[in-house]
Amino acid sequence: MEVLVYLVPLAITLGALGLAAFLWSLGNGQYDDLDGAAWRAIADDDPSEEASS
Amino acid sequence: MQTAIDFSHYLKKVGSDLLHLDLAVEGINCAGCMAKIERNLSKIPDVTSARVNLTDRRLALEWRAGAVNPADFVDRLAELGYRAYPFEPTGVETREAERASALLRRLGVAAFAAMNVMMLSVPVWSGNVSDMLPEQRDFFHWLSALIVLPAAAYSAQPFFSSAYTALRARGVNMDVPISIGIVLALAMSLFETIVHAEHAYFDAAIMLIAFLLAGRYLDQNMRRRTRAFAGNLAALKAETATKFINDDEIRAVPVAAIQPGDIVLIRPGERSAVDGSVIGGQSEIDQSLITGETLPTTIREGSAIYAGTLVRSGAVRIRVSAASEATLLSEISRLLENAVQSRSRYLRLAERASRLYAPVVHVAALLTMIGWLIAGAGLHDSIVTAIAVLIITCPCALGLAIPAVQTVASGALFGSGVLLNSGDAIERMAEVDRVIFDKTGTLTLPELDVANGEAIPVDVFDLAGRLALSSRHPVAAAVARAAGAKAPVPDVEEEPGQGVFGVVDGVEVRLGRPSWCGADEMANQILHADPEASVVAFRRGQTRHVFAVRQRVRPDAARVISTLQRMGLAVEMLSGDREPAVRAAALSLGIHQWRAEVTPVDKIARIEDLARHGHKVLMVGDGLNDAPALAAAHASMSPVTATHMSQAVADAVFLGEQLAPVETAIVISRSALRLMRQNLWLAVVYNVLAVPVAIAGLVTPLIAAAAMSGSSLLVMLNALRARHTGGLV
Repeated sequence: MEVLVYLVPLAITLGALGLAAFLWSLGNGQYDDLDGAAWRAIADDDPSEEASS
Repeated sequence: MQTAIDFSHYLKKVGSDLLHLDLAVEGINCAGCMAKIERNLSKIPDVTSARVNLTDRRLALEWRAGAVNPADFVDRLAELGYRAYPFEPTGVETREAERASALLRRLGVAAFAAMNVMMLSVPVWSGNVSDMLPEQRDFFHWLSALIVLPAAAYSAQPFFSSAYTALRARGVNMDVPISIGIVLALAMSLFETIVHAEHAYFDAAIMLIAFLLAGRYLDQNMRRRTRAFAGNLAALKAETATKFINDDEIRAVPVAAIQPGDIVLIRPGERSAVDGSVIGGQSEIDQSLITGETLPTTIREGSAIYAGTLVRSGAVRIRVSAASEATLLSEISRLLENAVQSRSRYLRLAERASRLYAPVVHVAALLTMIGWLIAGAGLHDSIVTAIAVLIITCPCALGLAIPAVQTVASGALFGSGVLLNSGDAIERMAEVDRVIFDKTGTLTLPELDVANGEAIPVDVFDLAGRLALSSRHPVAAAVARAAGAKAPVPDVEEEPGQGVFGVVDGVEVRLGRPSWCGADEMANQILHADPEASVVAFRRGQTRHVFAVRQRVRPDAARVISTLQRMGLAVEMLSGDREPAVRAAALSLGIHQWRAEVTPVDKIARIEDLARHGHKVLMVGDGLNDAPALAAAHASMSPVTATHMSQAVADAVFLGEQLAPVETAIVISRSALRLMRQNLWLAVVYNVLAVPVAIAGLVTPLIAAAAMSGSSLLVMLNALRARHTGGLV
């Protein structure tokens, strides 16, 4: 059971990292436009021809 | 045709040499639009960033200060096919957004704690039936306490502060039993941990907080979205005023940039965007948007003028007033104050439920403790069992039952063009048994329209419309709109007070007063048949035509009113307009109960009289004179064209030319209220099943956690059914 000495702090640290990442993304405005973000993921990066039409 | 607008009010400096501008954009509704706009605007030199927010339908731009004129962006967007206008978020919107993100942060913390504690709880639950050393269990309990206590102290603050406010006002709301439950569960768990006991409820408490926060966040997010949308609409109205920047120089500036004390010019055909008093000029004005009275009145130096007034004949100079000290407005504000107070007495369903709920649960817990004491159990065991009763009944489902339905239903309403101002409006709208409509601007469309279009040859109509584009007169503007005219006739001149004229294919064409066009007789015939209409004559060479222009009823008004009547609602019309006009409208729409020439005081008196007889009234109106009545009624709606004050006090605002949203709102609200009641009953059934188990002293942390999530999920799933009503209507 000595393994708990490593595993418990490790698990809690991982959880805290997750929380920190969430708070960072929230402060960074990543939840401001959920609809747009969903589409950006599949948008083409290169400026295509139809844009100028 | 649009005068250049001064954007400086909306520009924000970022860093040393960058400028930032937010634009509300109409017509962004797909990913394609988003990519197209961003790509094209990024191409403009000096633009460093162009980013569309698809949720809010807005565009944020940043560019290096100097070469680029902000108006170019609006023009470029117009070329791409999007109408855009700068906007600045209102105070309410900013606050709603801040509240939503604060709730999300607390939800994140609570969810993190819940997940980590779950990791510690599962071994304890399984360890209790197998072989876990008491020392290990204690260690896990202490770890849970270490995670949960700070997390709960932070994330449950919204409940604590709301409960505290309610208690200080000597009332009870939903948050009181929630807070008591959370605090007792945490305190007992801590105590149990200290005395090395077997059961701690840290996991149940933090999970409860997370579930409730999720419900609140959904609710808040819906409200934020509605606000953002309403903010866009306000921006796209693109209200500008012509301001004197010195004695004889004028400039078009956004209304938001106008300060009290400024002097603005209002030309014939323009609507005043401000309240103020006349300091120069004289004009006939149409105050139908404000008072519901369609007959024009005359203003001269010293007269008061309100936002929404249409100036008809001459240009006037206005000094903008801060708080309007004018009699009409202060009278209306006073009425409004009283009416809003009377509405705040309404008890929401959730409050009524918690008034019943809190005493029952707390008495049950107390009786459990006394019962176990009498039965010979120890004091400690009795208290533990009593607290278990509180935890298991803790209104997880109850707290979610109503917000979840409200969120889903307001989403459905949003989809059908109804924006809610307050969440509890759904309950009140579901209860109404009588609908009172205002006439002008509510049953009729706010803009004038040509009534005898079919009697006029298409080519004449077309030409008259093109000619009308050169006039600012509201009647001419109606002709231009009805003809769908786009290309103005070149070289048109204006004969002051008479009309406009020009030459087309070598023939003189005129649009203006019937006497000026030699069409008096035709005009008199029209006016005789329809005294409410305004007329404008058109002459080409020797052929003459007269357009009858009047307010048109909303296209589906008659259908909606008969549907409402079939739904068992009494429909009534109260208008400030003159009797013949109201009588004619009532007749054509099939409204049997109507009154004309009604003052704001009379409207309130009528609504209060109905309320005394037990009727619940839905008031639909748009004028400033309707604002007190809107606030006094059990529930209220305004069209999006309504005056600011009416929109602010109405429970809901509806979009578009149709009246159908009124019907939809009632239908959706009724089914939503049914679901809320169902959800409350589900919560009651859950409690009836769970409480005996708790009273018997059989609740373990595992049972508490499972029961709590189970009931929450059930209630959430039931709430989702409110979506389907939105799809059907």
